[in-house]
Amino acid sequence: MKVQVLSRNPDDYVRETKHDIQRVPRNYDPSLHPFEVSREYTRALNATKLERVFAKPFLASLDGHRDGVNCLAKHTRSLSTLLSGSCDGEVKVWNLTKHECVRTLQAHGGFVRGMVVRYCGNSFFTIGDDKTIKQWKMEAPGYGEEEEPLNTILGKTVFTGLDHHQKKGVFATCGQQVDIWDEQRSTPIRSFTWGVDSFSSVRFNPVETELLGSCASDRSIVLYDMRESTPLKKVIMTMRTNTLCWNPMEAYCFTCANEDYNLYTYDMRHLEKPIKVHMDHVSAVLDVDYSPTGQEFVSASFDKTIRIFSKDDGHSREVYHTKRMQHVICIKWSADNKYILSGSDEMNIRLWKANAAEKLGVLAPREREVVNYSQKLKEKFQHHPQIRRIARHRHLPKNIYHQKNELRIMKEARRRKEMNVRKHSKPGSVPVVSEKEKHVVSVVK
Amino acid sequence: MASPGEADVNVSHVEKKKKPPARYWQEPQDRERGGNKDGGRPEQQEKQQTHKAKKRKRDEQSRDGKKVISGKSDPFLGPAPVPKDKLQKFKRQDKIQKPRRPHYRLKDIITRSEAASEMAQKQAARFDLLLPEDAGFLEGDEDEDTCMISQEDIADAVDITSGAKYFNLKLSQFGPYRLDYSRTGRHLLLGGRRGHVACVDWQSKQLMCEINVMESINDVKWLHTEHMYAVAQKKWLYIYDSNGIELHCIRTFNDILRMQFLPYHFLLATASATGFLQYLDVSVGKEVAAISTKTGRLDVMCQNPHNAVVHLGHPNGTVTLWSPNQKEALVKMLCHQGGVRSVAVDKTGTYMITSGMDKKMKVFDVRAFKPLRSYFLPAGASCLSLSQRGLLSAATGDIVQVYRDVWSTPVTKPYMAHRVRGLVWGLHFCPFEDVLGVGHGEGFTSMLVPGAGEPNFDGLDANPYRSAKQRQEWEVKALLEKIQPELITLDPTELAQVDRTTFEQRHRDRVEALGFDPLAKEKFVPKFKKKGRSSAGGVERRKKQVAHEDQRVSSYFQGSRQRRPLR
Repeated sequence: MKVQVLSRNPDDYVRETKHDIQRVPRNYDPSLHPFEVSREYTRALNATKLERVFAKPFLASLDGHRDGVNCLAKHTRSLSTLLSGSCDGEVKVWNLTKHECVRTLQAHGGFVRGMVVRYCGNSFFTIGDDKTIKQWKMEAPGYGEEEEPLNTILGKTVFTGLDHHQKKGVFATCGQQVDIWDEQRSTPIRSFTWGVDSFSSVRFNPVETELLGSCASDRSIVLYDMRESTPLKKVIMTMRTNTLCWNPMEAYCFTCANEDYNLYTYDMRHLEKPIKVHMDHVSAVLDVDYSPTGQEFVSASFDKTIRIFSKDDGHSREVYHTKRMQHVICIKWSADNKYILSGSDEMNIRLWKANAAEKLGVLAPREREVVNYSQKLKEKFQHHPQIRRIARHRHLPKNIYHQKNELRIMKEARRRKEMNVRKHSKPGSVPVVSEKEKHVVSVVK
Repeated sequence: MASPGEADVNVSHVEKKKKPPARYWQEPQDRERGGNKDGGRPEQQEKQQTHKAKKRKRDEQSRDGKKVISGKSDPFLGPAPVPKDKLQKFKRQDKIQKPRRPHYRLKDIITRSEAASEMAQKQAARFDLLLPEDAGFLEGDEDEDTCMISQEDIADAVDITSGAKYFNLKLSQFGPYRLDYSRTGRHLLLGGRRGHVACVDWQSKQLMCEINVMESINDVKWLHTEHMYAVAQKKWLYIYDSNGIELHCIRTFNDILRMQFLPYHFLLATASATGFLQYLDVSVGKEVAAISTKTGRLDVMCQNPHNAVVHLGHPNGTVTLWSPNQKEALVKMLCHQGGVRSVAVDKTGTYMITSGMDKKMKVFDVRAFKPLRSYFLPAGASCLSLSQRGLLSAATGDIVQVYRDVWSTPVTKPYMAHRVRGLVWGLHFCPFEDVLGVGHGEGFTSMLVPGAGEPNFDGLDANPYRSAKQRQEWEVKALLEKIQPELITLDPTELAQVDRTTFEQRHRDRVEALGFDPLAKEKFVPKFKKKGRSSAGGVERRKKQVAHEDQRVSSYFQGSRQRRPLR
């Protein structure tokens, strides 16, 4: 007779001293772990709920301005520095890690309309209602020195927008026309006009650095090549565009913030139809900025909310609002892809997390593992109705909630009417016009 | 203990191992073989050089035949191959058919996830080779039946600690006994018909508590930990803690005859004499479902550990399957001509074994609901129990028989047999041990059944050696991932499958509301071209020639196009 029975030596399974960590022998045999799918589903559900519990996006409010914040500028070299310009002509430089203002200067009389940091990070430009362009040193003046601009250019008309070239000492302004300036000269090296009286913003393409886009008040978006003497082409939409922002990863894509509550992502090669229409705001969209990854962008609206959109999604993945935040005028996504900065009417700059439930700071390896695992689970089960409902739920202020419903009802009624018209007309005489095509009037080359 | 080397040679029972696992001491032989290979390698290399570049891409061959400029071959052969049967064990699902041209992104996602799961499979299979413990076995000499070997002989032959696992408790006063082992296999709960309840840490033979409830007891069951157990008494259901203190008396659960605990759902399923099947959620203390089965007295019950469906046996020879979500039985099977006496389902949820008054024992495939085998037992089996590794114990009168491989090969004689002092009342294999507990009229017997228990436990699931802190930690985690009773279905993987019908319904509604199909393909309008040889119409005509390929996978497109595929 040969016999062997299971006989485990407890020393192999129990820790030797209480200072050791516990021994945990594993066996990954699937038959020892039944209900794999249901348990993973439960874990995914819990992870989704916890994500909503930990979603606390608001980090800090930077106060100090004595009038509404009109423009923001990211420092090109330092993550912790932010510049802001207000409606009373004051410019403040902030240290974001300490949440404090490090420098204040009275730059203009009247609004500071635009501000941009030079690519080297040593100086910045401001434009104001007093028809001047000023260049300032990034360093604060020493003791006893007076705060003075490095350069001042007096223009003929009011400037409304400003952007700097990525690599050259060239910048662009807009007002009654789009001007390209050399830093060394006091007159523009080139001026573009296309039968419109004013522009609201101008932006350089960060990848194809000679390209520019601008938004005009005659509801058009005009594209330029700096090397040519005439504009490239323009698209006319049904409503006015406030700002545009180029995708930093896809050189040919840009997103524009429109007065008709929507944002449109265009491919500059095919302006006939936007790639995507992003809907969710319930009032005019005032500003937009891309994340450095080019996957998402953030928009600021007159409806007192900030929304984050994925570049290929029609609806926002996130909405930020507080009771005290008024119309959000300007927005920036920080260069480390972690924070969002918003400047609003009621004189405050707010610092938000780009990912609302993310834990800040250094994560321990085990913590990181848990985060990654739950992320994967959420992704795997994201389409299950219960999980989707929890993941999508956002609290909205009462008026925005009602306005949203109202807009939905209006849209539905319009659609129904169109459907009825189509039903009672000659087949083919009332074609189906998609949402993308609806808002483009024409493209001019 | 026999040495592991012998174990390899004598592998014979319960599961046939086709190939003994590789051991480090066998490496020299392999190396010799490898040496021979080296001798034959130059020829191979020449052959491979003539092969096309495509073949060279295969990693194994390229590894063997990799040419370095110096002319030497790489002495490191790359990762060791993983045995195929081990890989099969960890395989979750077949490969998905990839979509054709248009869905690049989906294709990419599928490729990545398949690569990841393959890697996980391989790693798990490799880890499986390193598991420390081997399963037990019992083999007779020539002309010796294993069923003739007595328990005393086995207990003498094995080491002292294992030998001590064969013991008898003489409890003739309050008998016959029902029993239950806790999920880790450390603790034993005994419930005598005449009111005696005892919980024992049976390996150290330490008595945790002993009480007499002064009422007749129908069944006893551990709850999720060894700190709480349920006792079905004459009238109501009671819950006690391990010190014998009554925690709850649940009066909505009356006249209970049998109980089952579903550990991942924290549900206590009870079957009563009045024909009610009730589910109690022990984590929140709420009754989840009460189902009137309308089939009379329910005293045969078992659970399917694979999908948490409760099986009930009835006096008319049927076995019914129940979930808490449905007032009717999921399935009714006619299994026996007489009444059903006992039911058992194996760990993987594949086989169900029933015994009936017609003195037959039958094996069914519960996935297909088909009979596989039928055995005739002269005395008929009153109790059945299945072990983790698939040994079946059947009690006939006062004799306990253990069978091996009942579903794969026709069995003629038992693997083991043992006569206890009284009529057998309860039968239970101890998890993670080679032990079978028998409750009978004269007390309790703990039998040694080599090869019954799973040798390697998972420390995060059920750890027999866990400390109090580990148990607390486990309890919190287990409660957090408690599966909701709504998820009990016949197929536990249903949750991960794509729900196409709901999508189609929703799509139809959408089309109706919009007045047009938003997913419809745009009608082709040929481009007006002034230059070039191939006209847009011609291109379209060529495309149509391969349209049948699109049609072949069109059903797939429907599934993949939906953005929210699951229920």
